[in-house]
Amino acid sequence: MKLSPEVKAALHEPATDTEAALLERTWARPRGLAGWLASTDHKEIGRRFVVTAFAFFLLGGVLAALMRLQLSRPELGLLDPDLYNQVFSMHGATMMFLFAVPVMEAMGVYLVPLMIGTRNLAFPRLAAFGYYIYLFGGVMIYVAFAFDTGIETGWFSNVPLAGPEFSPGKRTDFYAQLITFTALSAMVEAVNLIVTILKLRAPGMTLNRMPLFVWAMLVTSFMIVFAMPTVATGSAMLMLDRLVSTQFFNPAEGGDALLWQHLFWFFGHPEVYIIFLPATGMVSAMLVPFTRRAIVGYTPVVLALIATAFAGFGLWVHHMFAAGLPKLGQSFFTAASMLIAIPSGTQIFCWLATLWMGRLRFTTPLLFVLGFLFTFVMGGLTGVMLAAVPFNLQVHDTYFVVAHFHYVLIGGAIFPLFGAFYYWFPKTYGRMLSERLGRWNFALMFAGFQLTFFPMHILGLHGMPRRVYTYPAETGWGGLSLLASIGAGVLGLSVLLFLINVLLALRRPRENPANPWHADGLEWSTTSPPPACNYADLPVVRGRYALWTKGEPTVVTGLRRDRMFVLVTHVLDAQPDHKREMPAPSLWPLLAALATTALFIATIFTPWGVVWGLIPVFVTLVGWFWPKQDES
Amino acid sequence: MSEKLNSALDTAGPQAGRIEDLWWLLFGFCAVVFVAVMAVLVAALVRRRTPDESMEPTYAGQRTALRYVGAGVLATGAILLGFLIASVTTDRGLDEIETGGARVLTITGRQWWWEIRYEDARPDRVVVTANEIHVPVGQPVLLRLRASDVIHSFWVPSLAGKRDLIPGRDTGLWIQANRPGTFQGQCAEFCGYQHAHMRFLVIAQPPAEFDAWLEGQRASAPEPATDEERRGREVFLAGSCVMCHTIRGTAAGSIVGPDLTHLASRQTIAAGARPNTRDHLAAWVADPQRTKPGARMPVPELPPADLQALVTYLRSLR
Repeated sequence: MKLSPEVKAALHEPATDTEAALLERTWARPRGLAGWLASTDHKEIGRRFVVTAFAFFLLGGVLAALMRLQLSRPELGLLDPDLYNQVFSMHGATMMFLFAVPVMEAMGVYLVPLMIGTRNLAFPRLAAFGYYIYLFGGVMIYVAFAFDTGIETGWFSNVPLAGPEFSPGKRTDFYAQLITFTALSAMVEAVNLIVTILKLRAPGMTLNRMPLFVWAMLVTSFMIVFAMPTVATGSAMLMLDRLVSTQFFNPAEGGDALLWQHLFWFFGHPEVYIIFLPATGMVSAMLVPFTRRAIVGYTPVVLALIATAFAGFGLWVHHMFAAGLPKLGQSFFTAASMLIAIPSGTQIFCWLATLWMGRLRFTTPLLFVLGFLFTFVMGGLTGVMLAAVPFNLQVHDTYFVVAHFHYVLIGGAIFPLFGAFYYWFPKTYGRMLSERLGRWNFALMFAGFQLTFFPMHILGLHGMPRRVYTYPAETGWGGLSLLASIGAGVLGLSVLLFLINVLLALRRPRENPANPWHADGLEWSTTSPPPACNYADLPVVRGRYALWTKGEPTVVTGLRRDRMFVLVTHVLDAQPDHKREMPAPSLWPLLAALATTALFIATIFTPWGVVWGLIPVFVTLVGWFWPKQDES
Repeated sequence: MSEKLNSALDTAGPQAGRIEDLWWLLFGFCAVVFVAVMAVLVAALVRRRTPDESMEPTYAGQRTALRYVGAGVLATGAILLGFLIASVTTDRGLDEIETGGARVLTITGRQWWWEIRYEDARPDRVVVTANEIHVPVGQPVLLRLRASDVIHSFWVPSLAGKRDLIPGRDTGLWIQANRPGTFQGQCAEFCGYQHAHMRFLVIAQPPAEFDAWLEGQRASAPEPATDEERRGREVFLAGSCVMCHTIRGTAAGSIVGPDLTHLASRQTIAAGARPNTRDHLAAWVADPQRTKPGARMPVPELPPADLQALVTYLRSLR
């Protein structure tokens, strides 16, 4: 398999029906439940990933609604403080660990191989493993929550509050293991995406022809690889403090209470960009077809992505300004936090220029992009304000910050994501979502969002701290809180409308439009939904906007159709290098994930979980990597 | 003292005042930037175009457009540099204080109340109280901030930005009120179950009034004047109260809970959870978990008559 295959670019001659059928048989997974569980098809995994993440989004949304009910009036008693603290902690942990980051990875898992013209991810079994780990982690924490053992100390779980003395019981141990699950899942998916993007691009897709969404996923994946180990280390130290009485975070025994915050926010701030950058990739991808023009400033946008990734690691201390760190250091982090507005601004100006120069088609995805621009610019500006230490000292840990980060996360990531759902839904399911419902969906979501979160800026400036389960009437916060709660209802309605839209679309017969938006991306050249092998003929790319490039399309020929071969290309110029056979669908990733889950959950209860739990993990990994007999 | 200020935009001291100035500067520029960006966006959406229904993609005009992008980025950089200078300048201003004669308070955050110590060179003149800080108008007060259990954060929006109280580390803050008034404060760092009810008041008084107040707080608790009050004191000293609380002038000297020597002089009970009225006090003592679920105070289990006597006694601690 090391020999370079005979690969040549030929004039486009579509594969014959029998050839296509053979290819489809080769790449199809076994039927039945076992086949379903064993699937290593990135489309299937990606779809499950997105659907799972969306289910957690709905759960997190229900928790948010409970909070808004409780806070709608002063001194309400719908939730007692213990439940409220669990609810807000679970909301934060769900949205960050179980929805926002995974859904972006999931979109990458689904879209990247299609966008770069290959047949699967570089490590298909690893992709399945990462998904199952994520799923089991999420199920674990919700089962724990159902048994009144949800997270109680916030998604950030500061020590000593989260330490053994002030958070007795198992709640915080489940939290720490949730982090382990999601960090592991995110890291394996990130490694997978990095290798896929660098080595499996279609011939001709040089780095400077790569779609911007793929660039965004590449940069994001590198961020994950550098950010997640820190928080996984932190959560392991927290587990050790709680389980075997190490004293990493106990000041009374020489530990340090602030160390946790450094570890957590060194991950926690890049996490925001891990969520945001893929969304910017979606915006860039959607702007092209709906302005019918090339993105203005492809190179500046790519450089902005990379600059954001570097700068994103240099500003975690702005979450800790109130801790009273040395002034000089704080000034550095102020400067770094403001600096990051430059790459973000660059992207926004490029998009504005693209809109200006384009010929617009006001489809639902474009509406979401416009909503994104409005909301994210506002959130970005409050972010710049928060970088100023003195002002930060006033509004840190208040509803001003709650408003700010919902503007950047919902505005910056959820609006583009919903746009992306409308945009790529026909590719995935072969049916269009209703534009009419889509416009209502957008309008309600936009209005509901602003109504919910704009008043929170004012509440924060008027002294309302975060994470309080109630507030006295004399504070005067009742009116704006009620407004925010009403807005939350509208927001919930918009999500409901989206679900209805999806259900109605799925009930309609398939229309299978290959390219309903007249879009430029390679993924639109294959059928909707794509076949198991993605492309009957592996495409050759001759320009940045693959389907808009003039001339006869060319394809790769010469790869055997009866084996699961993919074409490996060079990192920079995507010249064909060699072919590689993909592993067959397998149940081992699922079994390995189950074994790993048993190990993680066992360690919540006993340190011996590490010892005995490693044995099944070892066994399943041996099964996974057992060499296959080559039939040739 | 009708209104209790609780806003970063309604300030009464140099600290919060400087930050408020910075906020208006940031807000002004950001508002202009936001309006400008949205104006460009709207113009881009509605500007007249040559009608063109074809699906043909265009690549034209890249270079001109990029020039505008570059100008936008430069303008962003310039504004950010200005913000950085304003931020650092304000930050330095927050540290400018004449510390020589400043009064020093040690504030300890606990789950979920504030212990307040007015330090003095003579130990017998140290005053310990809880959840209510009195300060003289026009004089800086240095706060030494400590935490005995978890991380808390001290915040009085109308007077200053917040500062965390971190176990194992001493932090500090100075505040000054430029006019008399009552200011609401609260814990701003999530500190567990009753984070919401970890509030306090700062009461700024003219210096003479403040000195009189402090002198009053230095005194031991007044002797019971009536039989009911005497009985209340007996209940206090014979029951579980004495295990946690101090009432100077009596045998009660525990420092687990708030010092109650002058409880009746305070405006609120249970760290701002309720106003300090007889009914609320009685309800709180009878069952603290009803008023403030999760509070560290156990239910004292007193017969009604004892409870009433105890409350009468506590109400006499002016």
